[in-house]
Amino acid sequence: MAHLRIDAITKQFGGLTAVKDFNLELQKGEIIALIGPNGAGKTTAFNMITGVYEPTRGKIFFNGKEITGLRPDQITKLGIARTFQNIRLFRELNVLDNVLIANHLHLKSNLFEAVFHLPRYKNENREMLDKSMFLLEKLGLADNRNDKSNSLPYGKQRRLEIARALATNPEILLLDEPAAGMNPSEAEDLTEFIKQLRDDFDLSIFLIEHHMNVVMGISERIYVLDYGITIAQGSPYEIQNNQRVIEAYLGVDGDA
Amino acid sequence: MKKRNAILTILSILFLIAFLYYADNRFNAYQIRVLNLCAIYAILGLSMNLINGFTGLFCLGHAGFMAIGAYTSALLTMPVAVKDQNFFLAPINEALRTVTLPYPAALLVAGILAAVFAFLIGAPVLRLRGDYLGIATLGFAEIIRIVITNLQTITNGALGLKAIPAKTTLWWSFGIAALTTVVILLLIKSSYGRAFKAIREDEVAAEAMGVSLFRHKVLSFVIGAFFAGVGGGLLGNLLGAINPLLFRFTLTFNILLIIVLGGMGSITGTVISAFIVTTGLEFLRFLDQPFSLGFVQVPGIAGLRMVVFSALLMLVVLFFRRGLMGTNEFSWDYIVGLFKNMCKGTGKPLSKGGIK
Repeated sequence: MAHLRIDAITKQFGGLTAVKDFNLELQKGEIIALIGPNGAGKTTAFNMITGVYEPTRGKIFFNGKEITGLRPDQITKLGIARTFQNIRLFRELNVLDNVLIANHLHLKSNLFEAVFHLPRYKNENREMLDKSMFLLEKLGLADNRNDKSNSLPYGKQRRLEIARALATNPEILLLDEPAAGMNPSEAEDLTEFIKQLRDDFDLSIFLIEHHMNVVMGISERIYVLDYGITIAQGSPYEIQNNQRVIEAYLGVDGDA
Repeated sequence: MKKRNAILTILSILFLIAFLYYADNRFNAYQIRVLNLCAIYAILGLSMNLINGFTGLFCLGHAGFMAIGAYTSALLTMPVAVKDQNFFLAPINEALRTVTLPYPAALLVAGILAAVFAFLIGAPVLRLRGDYLGIATLGFAEIIRIVITNLQTITNGALGLKAIPAKTTLWWSFGIAALTTVVILLLIKSSYGRAFKAIREDEVAAEAMGVSLFRHKVLSFVIGAFFAGVGGGLLGNLLGAINPLLFRFTLTFNILLIIVLGGMGSITGTVISAFIVTTGLEFLRFLDQPFSLGFVQVPGIAGLRMVVFSALLMLVVLFFRRGLMGTNEFSWDYIVGLFKNMCKGTGKPLSKGGIK
């Protein structure tokens, strides 16, 4: 059974079809990428998976269970976490709090226990702190734990977003342009880092990316969107040599 | 460090108790009333700051919740004879007539009733965002006021209630203010408080991190309304007479003024600014009376003192967006650091983590 299966989802905004009949299968432990020119509908596809938008048509299954139309927080609770294309940290809060908040969804203590710091909450709170510190350690942010998150340099903000997503205990991680704004050597580090994440946290990863080096370096399979339509899918090698993909990226020579 | 802070905290609590004891015995009725008002406004400010400052919901329904609290507490503490005197136009609802509760129970019921109304209002209204939420809650507060005006047999309508037992003493108002501060502080520091702040910072990200927006917004709204109801109850039993006109939008505005001046998202700021604004409004009473500027005679204009605060509010919004305290809180470490610096004269500047 596929970890994540998407069955012909379509999203229309009024007369505009942002994504049309998008199909996808993500197996457990896979890293796959979604690429396409700007405005191709990649983030819209992400937003449908994470529940920000409800698909106009089509269905999404996670571990065989339909999740179409659930709210974003419900989907996150089931085990699909994401990062954002334009970083969306809790800007005024410190780094540790950013990660702690992502633990909240698994809190079992009720409000009363939490306010009066009763034993169950105390235990849970300690566990949350330990887990968050472990994640910050892992992502090299432990020294910044008391810094305001918007004071971090850009690269660290991106990593904090990943730390925050991991704190929700996901099975699938959706990364929306994790290498945006990185130079080639940083992007190369990121490639290794994402593979490491998959192995350490037992994840399946689905990412949107523009850096072709990153995409070709880590994805086992690639889907290509153009104007909302899936124009190609296959291994990195197949995609690199696919005529339609080249046309979509470079344009078609009118005289040819 | 921890031990020092604990000692300082205990000392200041003892000092506060001693001060209250002194004030209770030596201050005149007017001064005591102002002090009571300060504490009540601190409660109201804290409850509004929980909703507006910490959860980021622009909500202007406070006067409505206070009205519910004030009427509930007043009706539950009035003896039967006083109720009969009040309701001379139409007799009071028979079930309400004989019910009387001890003051703490009446305040509790006042808070709970306000919370129940907040839940009923919040469920549909909290789907709105930003200004729309502000307008909707403002509308609901007005609806509550109009309903109260027309429920002749329950609230005595536009005549209001008079001779409400003066149960609010300094001990009640300051005790409940302290309790409110502690509970809201603990709430903010808990995981739920962090979720509230996440909603304030970025709703989309909060939801993506698994925070159920609706549940947490309603939670914050209901808790805020509960304390607003209790504060309203204290106010009613302090003033001794209430009528629907007391709970107009200006009351909400006063509390909004307090939390904006004090800092949206700061408990310390709210408490300090509640005292400053309340005593300030009393000091500025001379503005409402005729006075002379030397070359021109100003006739008594009722409400002129509010102009001072409106101007102050404009200045704060323009130049000090974060208010007195921003989102910072009081800490002994900061005070002690400040003190050491002053002694050293040119000591090293305060570390950036000074205010926590």
